[in-house]
Amino acid sequence: MVKTLTFEEPVVQLRNKIQELKEFTASADVDLTSEIQQLEARLVKLEKDIYENMQPWDRVQVARHPERPTTLDYIRDLFQDFIELHGDRSYGDDAAIVGGIASFKGKAITIIGHQRGRDTKENIRRNFGMPHPEGYRKALRLMKQAEKFGRPIICFIDTKGAYPGKAAEERGQSEAIARNLFEMAGLKVPVISVVIGEGGSGGALALGLANHIHMLENSTYSVISPEGAASILWKDAALAQKAAEAMKITAPDLKAMGIVDEIIPEALGGAHRDPKQQAVYMSETLERSISELTKLNAEQLVDARYEKFKAIGEFTE
Amino acid sequence: MIRDIFTKNRKHKYATIPTAAAKNDVPEGIMTKCPECRHIALTKDLMKNNKVCTPCNYHYKMTAHERVAIFLDEDSFTSMDNHLQTVNPLNFPGYTEKIKLDAEKTGLNEAVLTGVGTIDNRKIVVAIMDAHFRMGSMGSVVGEKITRAVEQATKLNVPFVIFTASGGARMQEGVLSLMQMAKTSVALKRHSEKGNLFISILTHPTTGGVSASFASIGDINIAEPKALIGFAGRRVIEQTVREKLPENFQTAEFLLDHGQLDAVVHRNDMKQTVSTLVKLHTKGDV
Repeated sequence: MVKTLTFEEPVVQLRNKIQELKEFTASADVDLTSEIQQLEARLVKLEKDIYENMQPWDRVQVARHPERPTTLDYIRDLFQDFIELHGDRSYGDDAAIVGGIASFKGKAITIIGHQRGRDTKENIRRNFGMPHPEGYRKALRLMKQAEKFGRPIICFIDTKGAYPGKAAEERGQSEAIARNLFEMAGLKVPVISVVIGEGGSGGALALGLANHIHMLENSTYSVISPEGAASILWKDAALAQKAAEAMKITAPDLKAMGIVDEIIPEALGGAHRDPKQQAVYMSETLERSISELTKLNAEQLVDARYEKFKAIGEFTE
Repeated sequence: MIRDIFTKNRKHKYATIPTAAAKNDVPEGIMTKCPECRHIALTKDLMKNNKVCTPCNYHYKMTAHERVAIFLDEDSFTSMDNHLQTVNPLNFPGYTEKIKLDAEKTGLNEAVLTGVGTIDNRKIVVAIMDAHFRMGSMGSVVGEKITRAVEQATKLNVPFVIFTASGGARMQEGVLSLMQMAKTSVALKRHSEKGNLFISILTHPTTGGVSASFASIGDINIAEPKALIGFAGRRVIEQTVREKLPENFQTAEFLLDHGQLDAVVHRNDMKQTVSTLVKLHTKGDV
């Protein structure tokens, strides 16, 4: 049973009602076909109304949906020959970031992404997708490896943020993120980042200094979580909904700001409603991006990344 | 006369209470009390000692202009990009007014002052963040000014030196602030690829997005004593891990112990240290 989000409750209620009527028709000697048809027509309209007018806070809910496809789901559905590579060679292996080599449309690629868990047990193992420094250092190691062998790099962003813990600070959370930004700036291979869920702050950006940045339609990308923004701005985390609207964190917002290249469409109601179809949409965008970027040589790739980020910001002279 | 005694007593019934303004004015102007050891010093003596408390070495916050005065050769500094103006991209209520107020207060257009100057006659480009301007937080203009300063250093083939002092990315400009971390990084990478030096000097406080970008990736990272440096806020960490953090957590000395810094240098020795480092990186004979 897929978890119901608050904003989609009317749809779910109506859907359940139709199901009830259908069961009733099947068991009892009453014909309700026309009523059911009427209700189904209303359902289509209601779904359209609700899902096509999703507010920022609704999208935050969808982006955090426990059934939403994660990095490993996309890896399974999109790539062949995936071999996961572990560890940062200095301290440990962070399960909040997964990475490895695979093939995509007959070409070798390196794939790295934040990894949330599906259930409590897995979430604890993966620290809810919130990396420690060793996670970022593993990611950088795999990027450098990809650069050596001339493989394009695909990063999936899906984290609330880098983990705010004592050990993380001791091992240099700041430096790990900063180092990734600095080194990604110079990578001589194509880098593509896709925000698939939540893109939270520096912890997301550390996999995001890319030639192309894409976002799934209902994903978010922000300097701070809506809850964090609300508690800082209004000293009340309960105002997260208001903060989600004020902070401009949705895919269309980021497209308008010139940060995001493509918005990848989602199935009506969110990627979790049709993961197979989502993989198809994802595949199309990645293929287009890779073929565009592989036309550029190393110097052009670095320069293009420079120009892309140099242009971001709003001010007057 | 006996009546006089009564008059005298009556006078004592009243005490003059100084107004709030007068109360604040007098001590702040002439004397300053150290928040660390409560030592009271003459402000002019404190200024002579580069705003460092003599008994306990507490480093007071400095304005960007004060740093220019103690760090660069006299009259060598030319500032850049003072014409860049902050806008209100997310239409946050009150943001424009706050910027205007801080600009008047500090005499800066934004939370960083950038420019070219010399240190013992060697040319460098500096960026000095000022925590008196919106907590030194980084929005579009701060990111742009730092990026342009780095580009200028690359163009001139001279070292880039930054004094960081920042609470992190500026919330009111949302994800645009976050992206300034990436923007400054691409410029620093190019500067580095050309074989140029970058020295990062972390001062109190350097946290969040600034700590997690340029502040931490100098060829040499130096901090002032006791400076607060870290990624996440102390309160957030305490709530997450549910344990009491050590007293010196996230101080410059703590970072030095954990291998995150090259050195912790007293403010009075900073110019000499950086000057020597610049000298040692000068191409040709030193």
